[in-house]
Amino acid sequence: MGDYTFFIAGSYAITALVIGGLILRAVLDHRAQVRALAELEARGMRRRSSARTAPVEPLPAGQAAR
Amino acid sequence: MWQLANPTRFMGYTGRLLPWLVGAATVTVAIGLYKAWFVAPADYQQGETVRIMFLHVPAAWLALFFYSAMAASAIGSLVWRHPLADVSQKAAAPIGAAFALICLVTGSLWGKPMWGAYWVWDARLTSMLILFLLYCGIMALWRTIEEPARAARAVSILTLVGAINVPIVKFSVDWWNTLHQPASVFRFDGPTIHPSILYPLLVMALGVTLVGVALHIAGMRTEILRRRVRTLTILEAERLDPQAA
Repeated sequence: MGDYTFFIAGSYAITALVIGGLILRAVLDHRAQVRALAELEARGMRRRSSARTAPVEPLPAGQAAR
Repeated sequence: MWQLANPTRFMGYTGRLLPWLVGAATVTVAIGLYKAWFVAPADYQQGETVRIMFLHVPAAWLALFFYSAMAASAIGSLVWRHPLADVSQKAAAPIGAAFALICLVTGSLWGKPMWGAYWVWDARLTSMLILFLLYCGIMALWRTIEEPARAARAVSILTLVGAINVPIVKFSVDWWNTLHQPASVFRFDGPTIHPSILYPLLVMALGVTLVGVALHIAGMRTEILRRRVRTLTILEAERLDPQAA
């Protein structure tokens, strides 16, 4: 690569960094949303469409969400 | 196709498709990199710096592809008000921005040894920079408006106004005298690149496209989950404090 090593290696390094960052962000964001949804469902929350088959009882008065 | 437009069905289908897509993307990029580094010869004029083209050109194509996909989704949001069109727009923006950034940085690193400058205010370079700034503006607008449907309408208008820049980027090298070379692959009279360099470029372009599509589908799935979380959080708040609802 001779005199052009910096330019060629720099291009591949920056591309790897940006694509790697996109993949990492996608994985972490997905995990965070799955975790948040699981916590809500564990507290008895269901979407209205799901609630038709599994009705949700209201929380007792005064019980706060975690 | 219309069945896929239901978010629950979309989650089911894409959940099965995504692992295969990731596998295909990984294998194609690996083959593309091998061909780009060990099969394609050095260019007779540009020497080894032609290796930068295998990243720069696919990144430019995908930056334009994802903006076009966002514009198509924006029509879906404005005309049919379909939530999956909103989700598609929102998931495409960071991916398109990343490819626009890669295109600008690798172009700059290619420009210095070939043109003697990292940057010139050439029509192609400037219109690509505007595309990147449009992506940044769109991502900022998504974060500014909290209610997803309202945000989608505002973003759709901005996206469609900005879509005028897509043909400008593509044809800038034909409309103006630019330092950037004219199109050498998608031409009416056929590609002007020698097959020994063209085929590795096309393999890399396919691989990077598969990576982009996989990231877009993954982003759409995450956005659907985020909206479910938002809906359930609001429902929970209403249950806990019915008077506030």
